[in-house]
Amino acid sequence: MTEPMTSAALVGAEAIEEIPIGPEGSLWSDAWRLLRRRPIFIISSLLVILMVLIALFPGLFNFPGYNPRDCPLQDARLRPSAEHWFGTDLLGCDYYARVLYGTRVSIAIGIIVTTVATVVALIFGSIAGYYGGLVDTLIARATDVVFAIPLILGGILILSLVGQRGIMQVSAVLILLGWPTMLRLARSSVLAVKENDYVDAARALGASSFRIIRRHILPNALAPVIVYATITVGTIIAAEAALSFLGVGLQLPAISWGLMISVAQNRLRTDPHLLFFPGLFLSITVFAFILMGDALRDALDPKLR
Amino acid sequence: MDRIDPLDSYRPTLVKKETLLGRYLVRRILQFIPVFFVATAIIFLFVYLMPGDPIRALAGDRQMSPSTRQALRDRYDLDDPFHVQYVKYMGRLFTGDLGEDFRGQQVTEKLAAKLPVTMRLALMAFVFEVVIGILAGILAGVRKNGFMDNLVLASTLVVIAIPIFVLGFIAQYMLGVRLGVMPISYNPSRPTFSLLMPALVLGSVSLAYIARLTRTSLVENLRADYVRTATSKGLSRRRVVGIHTLRNSMIPVVTYLAIDLGALMGGAIITETIFNVPGIGREVYNAVRSQENAVVVGIVTFLVVVYMVANLVVDVLYAVLDPRIRYD
Amino acid sequence: MTAVDTYKKNTIGDRALDPSAPLLTVDDLHVEFRMDMGTVKAVNGLTYSLDRHETLAILGESGSGKSVNAQAVMGIIDTPPGYVTRGSVKFRGAELLDLPESQRRTVRGERIAMIFQDALTALNPVFSVGWQIAEMFRIHRGATKKEGFERAIGLMDRAKIPMARERVNSYPHEFSGGMRQRVMIAMALALDPDILIADEPTTALDVTVQAQIMQLLADLQQETGMGLILITHDLGVVAEVADNVVVMYAGREVETGEINQVYHDPTHPYTLGLMQSIPRPDVHTDRLNPIKGSPPDLMHIPSGCPFHPRCPYAREKCVIEEPSLHEVAPGRVSACHFWKEVRGDRA
Repeated sequence: MTEPMTSAALVGAEAIEEIPIGPEGSLWSDAWRLLRRRPIFIISSLLVILMVLIALFPGLFNFPGYNPRDCPLQDARLRPSAEHWFGTDLLGCDYYARVLYGTRVSIAIGIIVTTVATVVALIFGSIAGYYGGLVDTLIARATDVVFAIPLILGGILILSLVGQRGIMQVSAVLILLGWPTMLRLARSSVLAVKENDYVDAARALGASSFRIIRRHILPNALAPVIVYATITVGTIIAAEAALSFLGVGLQLPAISWGLMISVAQNRLRTDPHLLFFPGLFLSITVFAFILMGDALRDALDPKLR
Repeated sequence: MDRIDPLDSYRPTLVKKETLLGRYLVRRILQFIPVFFVATAIIFLFVYLMPGDPIRALAGDRQMSPSTRQALRDRYDLDDPFHVQYVKYMGRLFTGDLGEDFRGQQVTEKLAAKLPVTMRLALMAFVFEVVIGILAGILAGVRKNGFMDNLVLASTLVVIAIPIFVLGFIAQYMLGVRLGVMPISYNPSRPTFSLLMPALVLGSVSLAYIARLTRTSLVENLRADYVRTATSKGLSRRRVVGIHTLRNSMIPVVTYLAIDLGALMGGAIITETIFNVPGIGREVYNAVRSQENAVVVGIVTFLVVVYMVANLVVDVLYAVLDPRIRYD
Repeated sequence: MTAVDTYKKNTIGDRALDPSAPLLTVDDLHVEFRMDMGTVKAVNGLTYSLDRHETLAILGESGSGKSVNAQAVMGIIDTPPGYVTRGSVKFRGAELLDLPESQRRTVRGERIAMIFQDALTALNPVFSVGWQIAEMFRIHRGATKKEGFERAIGLMDRAKIPMARERVNSYPHEFSGGMRQRVMIAMALALDPDILIADEPTTALDVTVQAQIMQLLADLQQETGMGLILITHDLGVVAEVADNVVVMYAGREVETGEINQVYHDPTHPYTLGLMQSIPRPDVHTDRLNPIKGSPPDLMHIPSGCPFHPRCPYAREKCVIEEPSLHEVAPGRVSACHFWKEVRGDRA
């Protein structure tokens, strides 16, 4: 007696959790259709795009037109007003401009670190997951070691020893400490996909390992990695801010939200605006990325529908 | 007539539960040892072996007389060949010599003095995040898409998104300065109460993660086949959820708690700084500020070791919870 | 040990039980699932009954509604999205469907027990098998931990699990598939239920093990006199053990009767098609003989007789009018307008 593949509705009767297969039948196109309509995704991705634009072209958004580095001391510590939208900081610089320019550094570090870490994680994670055996053990052990060092602690340790701390140095350290989590995710994702029958089928048809990885395993293992990468951008931005706040991140004269907050911390009572605006922008940026990642995850994980 | 199932002979021979767990423990410890050595070696590498002047690494950019410089070199064996340096470094670690600051105070002394405060803070944060986090997660997961669920999801998202130091300042400002209900900094005469706000802030992000993780895990487990079996055994819903699914749901949460400790440590540094708590975290911050890098390295090394041991403990706890893991 | 329901109460909730009524009567059961994309009509007017000592096979392919019907009987359908929209389920004459949950719960495990297809996922992985079996006694009979374990060992013996005493503390993943299924059976029998529903109990098992499990179920039924419902898509598996069969299609029964008669003398095109599609080891043939077409979309069930798109006997009447159950012989019904033709044509 035949057990034919049935349409989603039929299968749905016996097991409600099954995936409804759309007309194109692909996970990504289904996800995109879902995402397009979800307000959370729309809002968060708009925010992300906004922040990226500000990072790329801060001048465009700097309507009042103050130079963030042009700081007449007599204008120090002014409250927000029509002239200085966010007030001025301790040195008299226009705070609005400074906060705007601070976006650059955060987004840059966030994206650089996440991209590099993801690429490394995907490459090595796939190799480890697919080949298994000794290669996997080596990579897993290496991951364990770096994993054993918490992000902020390790960041403090290494960066305090480095003299000049610019975007490159901070990014490098964050990449160094951040890839294990990504790699673990990529690896387990690959392992899960590897179990599928279509991999065996491809192998039986004579496909080379490289081709199998590239064509079959990667596209399917990609989904959770993409979700996590999006969220990671947010957490890296927060991490850089935290490190700068503690004094081991970027140094003056770099413009970073973390640095601004660090300077403002003792003046909570007297000049709260110094804390508020960079804090606001930081929170919104991190929030946007995390929200977007969340929406992506809901759309890409059929089980959670 | 009734043959024994032939596949039975291929099953692993019966091993007592305790032995299996014991063997798992041994395996974990054996895995721990190389990680420990490599991690400390990495720290060693960065401090002593990095290109550039290791004195700078240990003492920052401060000006020093040549004799101070030499004293420093002797103290940390910087004139020895690398492998000797490493051996001596490990020796120092095992004897508890974590370095000292420029006034000669041992790092271990500082640790001993400040540890109790940090421990209290961390414990309070931990209890707070575990209890409330798991509770919130359960309430959210049991009625998926209900009011509680959406509330928990939304609020945890906000908490996760706002970086901890911003959160800390908001709390300090709102509760301390504006409303005045909580002390804005540590008061030794009222240790627990004045640590309440820092503990809440410290635990907040973890709480958010724990709540979400519990919720997701619970939701997933509620759809599991064994729930259907348990229900058809005539068990009450409360028992099915409270005993059958909960045990399974806690497994990823326990895993998270291990990682969380690392975040807690990093967060403690920030929280102690904001709320002026005289704990280890603030020590690190002050050391960074004053370029007492030897102290930074010493304390961070200590914390990293603590983190690794804690992870080991959690790994074993995990095996107690989930019997399938004992074969790993 | 025989199943004695004299020490069990004669009521369910406040409803009296009628000892002369059949163990289970399902009448015109309708179950649907309301989803975003539409409503899936999983069960559409199913009627059958079960007596003591009787083994009933419910036969159908995926999506025929056979498992959903069992879940409706047990009352374990998730609502939402599942709803029992019509019909009745009676245990010894007492209606179950409109009972409040607290009373419905007293039926599960005590009176009607169910075992499932994949014992690995159906058993809780973090508790030992002994713990899970003993739970029945601890919760329902107030037994102590020790008593519960002793009873569990006894049940495992009854289910012919070797070395029960040594293995009572083992975990489900430490057993082979067949042994796990025996654990489930042991657990289901704990409280001497009157009815055991087995939902595809052997589908996940090897062929040799399948036979063992079927034999075990048959033996246990002999001992206890309980009613046994076997839900399956595999005709061969139930052939030896079942007394009667209900053939289901698109959520309704299409043919019911004594199993050998139905197999050898089908009166419905679907049953006939099933019989003809089974490859026979003694006949050499180049092609298999499947039923043409595919199972219906339960969100859009064809009008009239749901089988008509695939039926070689289909005529205009079949598209318009849904066939009622015709009695084709004493104790045999068929839902086909032209059952007489079908009967004449058997291959």
